[in-house]
Amino acid sequence: MARIVPSADPSNLWGNARGGRDVFTGLKDSPRSPEADRQAVGVSVTGVSRAYNDSKRTAVRALDGVSLHASHGELLAVVGPSGCGKTTLLELICGLQSPDTGTVVCAPAALMPQRDLLLPWLSALDNAALALRIAHRPRPEARARAAELFAELGLRGFEEAHPHELSGGMRQRVAFLRTLLAGKPVLCLDEPFGALDAITRTEMQGWLSRALQREPRTVVLVTHDVEEAVMLADRVAVLSPRPGRVVSELEVTLGRPRSRTSPVITGLRESVLQALGLIGTSTSEGIT
Amino acid sequence: MRHRLRTVLVWGGWAPIVLVATLLGAWEIYVESGQVSAFVLPAPHAMAAALWNNGSLIWSNFLVTAQEVGLGLCAALIAGFATALAIHFSPLARRAIYPLAVGSQAVPVAVLAAPLVFWWGFGMSPKLVVIALICFFPIVVSMVDGLGAVDPDQLKLLQTLDASRWQAFRMAELPAALPAALSGARIALAVGMIAAYIAEISTAGTSAGLGHEINTDLTALQTPRAWAATAVLFVAAVACFYTLALAERRLAPWAHRPRGENR
Repeated sequence: MARIVPSADPSNLWGNARGGRDVFTGLKDSPRSPEADRQAVGVSVTGVSRAYNDSKRTAVRALDGVSLHASHGELLAVVGPSGCGKTTLLELICGLQSPDTGTVVCAPAALMPQRDLLLPWLSALDNAALALRIAHRPRPEARARAAELFAELGLRGFEEAHPHELSGGMRQRVAFLRTLLAGKPVLCLDEPFGALDAITRTEMQGWLSRALQREPRTVVLVTHDVEEAVMLADRVAVLSPRPGRVVSELEVTLGRPRSRTSPVITGLRESVLQALGLIGTSTSEGIT
Repeated sequence: MRHRLRTVLVWGGWAPIVLVATLLGAWEIYVESGQVSAFVLPAPHAMAAALWNNGSLIWSNFLVTAQEVGLGLCAALIAGFATALAIHFSPLARRAIYPLAVGSQAVPVAVLAAPLVFWWGFGMSPKLVVIALICFFPIVVSMVDGLGAVDPDQLKLLQTLDASRWQAFRMAELPAALPAALSGARIALAVGMIAAYIAEISTAGTSAGLGHEINTDLTALQTPRAWAATAVLFVAAVACFYTLALAERRLAPWAHRPRGENR
């Protein structure tokens, strides 16, 4: 079940001649170990560093000695300033990249990218059912399974709509459904609500929380929204600016549903903002 | 907004007709004024008369040319698609084939006429090869661009959903290439009409087709009939172009969403 990504994997996806366009060459046959299977209940990132070449061919260190862990069914939020290597981290977990040093051990993970990346020629229902179609399920069965969840996500009536006919919030929900229906134990969400307006974002957060209660998964949620992290997560990891390092890790031991105004939440939010260096330890009052 | 749309629709339909009528009128007046001989430039009414009087002859020649263009274009589509796939999947093939495809555009058909007739005889085959050769290039270029136009993040996403290389091709790259491929076919079809003319006049042993007829009529000073046949080619090219444009809208509606909604 589990995939263990060794450091300096020779089948590096980006090393090919076509400038990284051919992403289907590596990692399908990464070495697996029985030990990894036993640990396969969550996500375990140990001492991972990763650098990449930017457009000017200079090496950029995205991650530097990052260690993170999410147990089975846990929601780990990763917060950090722009360009702290959050997206690189998710691609490592999903096996799209391999680390230069360190190891990534995790169960199969599905990625929900920042952009919804729905296929414009498929209906909302067919987009949601994409993973099932890839797994060679018959189309009626795949569509029926996606349709069951459409009502729950408030998408009823939009089954046959094409992506350009949907609002931003609806597209994100279809993209989430596509990720969920991939049936993988780990979900990697890359700023899933970043592009949405504040009202839709709040709605979507509540909805995600409920969806995960119904169908528990291990989730790694990357976000730049501190409140979102504290409201949704069981654990919050704070990354430093590039190269990304874990500067703080906080447990959120609070049941759900959570209230934005509860003292625990506001306190945690301040702690995260402090860890990010956005507010001082003594002069935190009045700053949000 | 709606009002403007209606204006566009009403005038959009009439505009080309008004323009053609104006041009024909000016042409008629120019020729009738006696500044140019009718053997050099026949008046539109003479063309219309030639078309009316030689309807069945022009029609039978048109059928020959239409068949040549249709079959030649099909051959170009098949060869172009295969070549585009090779170029898309193999950097080596891209380097090897692309310069040849570009250079093939510069080869005058006249130099190829003799070997083509030598290999394929006096039938339709050498003409199909000429048409296919001329139509090949726009098809390959547009298909290669279309196949490469797919968002690389889209391919990454499909990979995380465990899609095989073939599935990613079928689900993302192929549909993404469809609008560009149809545009290429549209250009190729318009070029195909003139390609048919070139094919008919440059390969020996041609006895039918609009190109053949135009050429014979011009030498026999049957200028109005030559122009009538040209008008038929003209209308056929326009009709084919818009039929394919319509097909493109039907087959790839996502590529034609209203402006401003493109994210």
